[in-house]
Amino acid sequence: MWMEHPGWVLFGTWMAALFTLGIMSFLYRDNPVYKFCEAVFVGISAGYWFVSYFWQTFLPKLGDPLVAGVNSLFSGPIQWNGLLVIIPGILGVMMLLRLIPGAGWLSRWPLAFVVGYTAGLRLITFLMSNAMTQLQNSVEPIVRYSSTGALLGWESFNILLVTVGTFAGLFYFFFSQEHKGAFGRVARIGTWFLMVTFGAAFGYTVMGRMSLLIGRLDFLMSGWLHLVH
Amino acid sequence: MAEPQTSFIDRLMRIDRRVIFIFIGVALIFPLFLNVTERIQVSPEVQMLNDALNKVPDGALVLYALDYDPPSAPELQPMAVAAFKVALKKKLKMVIIGLWPQGPQQANMALETALRDDRFKDVKLTYGVDYVNLGFQSGNEAVIQKMGSDIPTTFPRDYAGTPVGQIPIMKSIRNLGNFDFMVNISAGYPGTREWVQFGVDRFGLKMISGSTAVQTPEMSPYVGRQLLGLMGGMRGAAEFEQISENPGRALKFMVGQSVAHVIVILFIIIGNVAYFATRKKKGA
Repeated sequence: MWMEHPGWVLFGTWMAALFTLGIMSFLYRDNPVYKFCEAVFVGISAGYWFVSYFWQTFLPKLGDPLVAGVNSLFSGPIQWNGLLVIIPGILGVMMLLRLIPGAGWLSRWPLAFVVGYTAGLRLITFLMSNAMTQLQNSVEPIVRYSSTGALLGWESFNILLVTVGTFAGLFYFFFSQEHKGAFGRVARIGTWFLMVTFGAAFGYTVMGRMSLLIGRLDFLMSGWLHLVH
Repeated sequence: MAEPQTSFIDRLMRIDRRVIFIFIGVALIFPLFLNVTERIQVSPEVQMLNDALNKVPDGALVLYALDYDPPSAPELQPMAVAAFKVALKKKLKMVIIGLWPQGPQQANMALETALRDDRFKDVKLTYGVDYVNLGFQSGNEAVIQKMGSDIPTTFPRDYAGTPVGQIPIMKSIRNLGNFDFMVNISAGYPGTREWVQFGVDRFGLKMISGSTAVQTPEMSPYVGRQLLGLMGGMRGAAEFEQISENPGRALKFMVGQSVAHVIVILFIIIGNVAYFATRKKKGA
């Protein structure tokens, strides 16, 4: 393919490197180069997703089956699966009617369909996977022993910590009673557990962002400048 | 007029953020030039993941769902490469899919990288027999739901446009129940959560997951009954590379990551010490 020609690969590498540096220039201060790179990125992203959805969703899920279905009306046998996609097709057009002020209310019908479908599909799965199974996972013996009968101290401590954290967290989110006295103290322990959770999540986020930066720096040093192999 | 004298503590309180950026930049770039890796401790989640993968019989049929795109590649691509190396070592039959448009492309790149390893230079994979890339399907969790009953109608063609009926490996595959194991590498929605909810809890898939650092805390509660192991972020990837004896980019990058973390911690300490010192001074 023409894109694999060394000249185009080199051009692409240079563009990627220059745009990376352009975006990184924001670390110094806001500047026109950064604004330009940002605008190009937004424009290319929008174009990419439009093309991607057109070829990977619109055509294979609606366009092609519909054409095949309509053709089958004349050449037989009738492809009902192809013809039936006209229903979601019409719902899709109704969704776009939001752009027309007088007909905007029609978009509520497909929206209602989406809400109903999503709720039906996800309600049971969330209840099963995120509530019932998690509850089942939490019901564990606090004191753990190895197969030889020795006490597993660290593991037992961890399970105890999870149990205390679960109860204290639930107490914190129980708003039917004022957080005072013994109840309030347990709820306060719950806030500490929540704080630790947020801290861990933030730590992971920092690690994630560092990883992305390492990826870019590695590209600049090895992919572009060939200083690292 | 001479400027008023500022104390050392005051200067610490007013460190320009760009100074911190320079420190972080140097910390991340410098280790790239050093051919060193650090020995890291493997977490129980990654140990479980490796044990589960090792228990998969040689030649088993495994589903690889790579649900991410290039922005998450620095964290997730090393996981994919290491997971494919395990597949090559165990001669697993691989069916690759993606619920993200660029996932299948990332999978091809990861498999190519894995095949470049000297240990696998004699491995000759036959497309359609040893592995197949079914590409991307839109529909998020509905795709998984449909795969539970009928994969050939969910993925009528592979990544290259070949009808699945003409692909030998697909002849024995009807639904998710045909897979012995599953590897999911995910950067968000749709991803590990949806695979657990639909693939694992509804259709009984045995699954391990690699996820971005950002979503790892949300996936951790699934480890145990629902996920047989979890690797989180670059650290998880490095642990998996180490324990599966497939050293790669994650282990290399962890040196910079660790140094940068130490610098961040130092700046947090400096900032807090300076803050409390100035508060004390104002109070006095």
